[in-house]
Amino acid sequence: MLCEECQMRPATLHFTKIINGEKTEIHLCEQCAQEKGNLFFMNQSPGLTINNLLAGLFNVHPNFNQTQQEAVQHNELLQCNECGMTFSRFLKVGKFGCPNCYLTFHDQLTPILKRLHGGNWKHSGKIPKRAGGSLYIKKKIDILKETLQTLIEKEEFEKAAEIRDEIRMYERQLQEGEA
Amino acid sequence: MSIEKFLNQSLSNWMNGEGPHSDIVLTSRIRLARNLKDFLFPTVFSQEDSKRVLEYIEKIIPFLNEYPLKNIELLKMDQLQELQKQVLVEKHLISPNLAKESLNGACLLSENENISIMINEEDHIRIQVLLSGLQLERALEIANMVDDQIEKQVDYAYNEVYGYLTSCPTNVGTGLRASVMMHLPGLVMTQQMSQLIPSINQLGLVVRGIYGEGSEALGNIFQISNQITLGKSEQDVLFDLNGVVEQIISQERAARETIRKTSEVQLEDKVFRSLGVLTNCRIIESKEAAQCLSDVRMGIDMGYIKNISKTILNELMILTQPGFLQQYAGGPLRPFDRDVRRAKLIRERLFLERNK
Ligand SMILES: [Zn+2]
Ligand SMILES: [Zn+2]
Repeated sequence: MLCEECQMRPATLHFTKIINGEKTEIHLCEQCAQEKGNLFFMNQSPGLTINNLLAGLFNVHPNFNQTQQEAVQHNELLQCNECGMTFSRFLKVGKFGCPNCYLTFHDQLTPILKRLHGGNWKHSGKIPKRAGGSLYIKKKIDILKETLQTLIEKEEFEKAAEIRDEIRMYERQLQEGEA
Repeated sequence: MSIEKFLNQSLSNWMNGEGPHSDIVLTSRIRLARNLKDFLFPTVFSQEDSKRVLEYIEKIIPFLNEYPLKNIELLKMDQLQELQKQVLVEKHLISPNLAKESLNGACLLSENENISIMINEEDHIRIQVLLSGLQLERALEIANMVDDQIEKQVDYAYNEVYGYLTSCPTNVGTGLRASVMMHLPGLVMTQQMSQLIPSINQLGLVVRGIYGEGSEALGNIFQISNQITLGKSEQDVLFDLNGVVEQIISQERAARETIRKTSEVQLEDKVFRSLGVLTNCRIIESKEAAQCLSDVRMGIDMGYIKNISKTILNELMILTQPGFLQQYAGGPLRPFDRDVRRAKLIRERLFLERNK
């Protein structure tokens, strides 16, 4: 297949472009893809500097470039089945298309997240009450157990008993949820 | 429109110049990015998807009725005039992106304008809380109350490993961007800012000017915010940011005292010249206005200028933006006419101070 843009070199990169939900296939050679990519960034609004930084990361880091190259060559295999996002497309725009993208590109994501977030790749902040489900309850139990420990050390047994009951209630909830 | 009426309609609660360290910290802002589980992200969704998201949010609004969300108002972008949107952008209540490019973009606004919730921006939901002075913890507390109320009604896109899922991986995890707007004329005058910025960057924080383009920070106003959203709790992010901000505050105070000691006459001259310009100008560009406002504010904070309230910097930096000037004028203005209008607005505002 020839590159759509120059009609000279063979098309090695295949993108799925989604504008307002309409999918279009684009087949480009590496040079033309590069040019298009740059153009894309030039057209973005000024508020998107963080994404330029993301793009910058991929270009600057030598090891990463290699991973990018490999990933790009396998990009046809890697496509989110919910929104159609491909990994190469993600590298160009710096944004995902849906929550499922995080699962689809799970293996590729860890090094990217580490570079963006100072070596971190795992969440350690707020857990939502409903969406977090059992995780939220487990964390609550952990906190209560710590409180219980301090209360016992301070010999405040009456309060400790209350906390213990609360822990039991949460543990029961957890069992019911898992059953 | 009279100046009193214009001010009444235009001022938001966070411009009141109160709160801890408000001589240097103008505002504290917390932003939480959230998405709905069963919808494509706004980065790729269709007009139809965006409509469904907005309808979904509209349905839950009646249930968002606990503190601090009583009496919130829904503003749909496609029902506002360009000028109204521009004014919301200039007040930092919505992003330029929401105003210009969103599909079915909307904003839920609290009565005192401390809380704004953007719908269909880069993420489905972006909760923003804006307070005056250094009050990051309080702002986070309010944002969390808003977040919890919304979460009772919708299914968030959340994952045990990655936390809150966002369309851009730079926000994934907590979805939290905490930022502080600081007035740093002393550090700029003593040329310490250029050394300070790289060292702040090394701590994983971002510094940028709020007004003006590129590296230039009009009015010596800088925004400092966290970059990392993954692997750090909300409290840790705030703790680190607060630490840096407090250090910058003491450096700014030290710089001001150095200037006072080494070149007090020059400082007084600069401050009072700027006050002279603002009280007498007939044409003024935004860049000059910003510099003079910064000088006058510093003069107030350092005790040279009395009887003028310190809120004028916070207020006038916002109210002399093109959108506001046109609203004040009651119609569109060419750039030259804006400069004339800007001068008039500043003179009238300062005149109000004198007759207080
Ligand atoms: Zn080509
Ligand atoms: Zn996807």
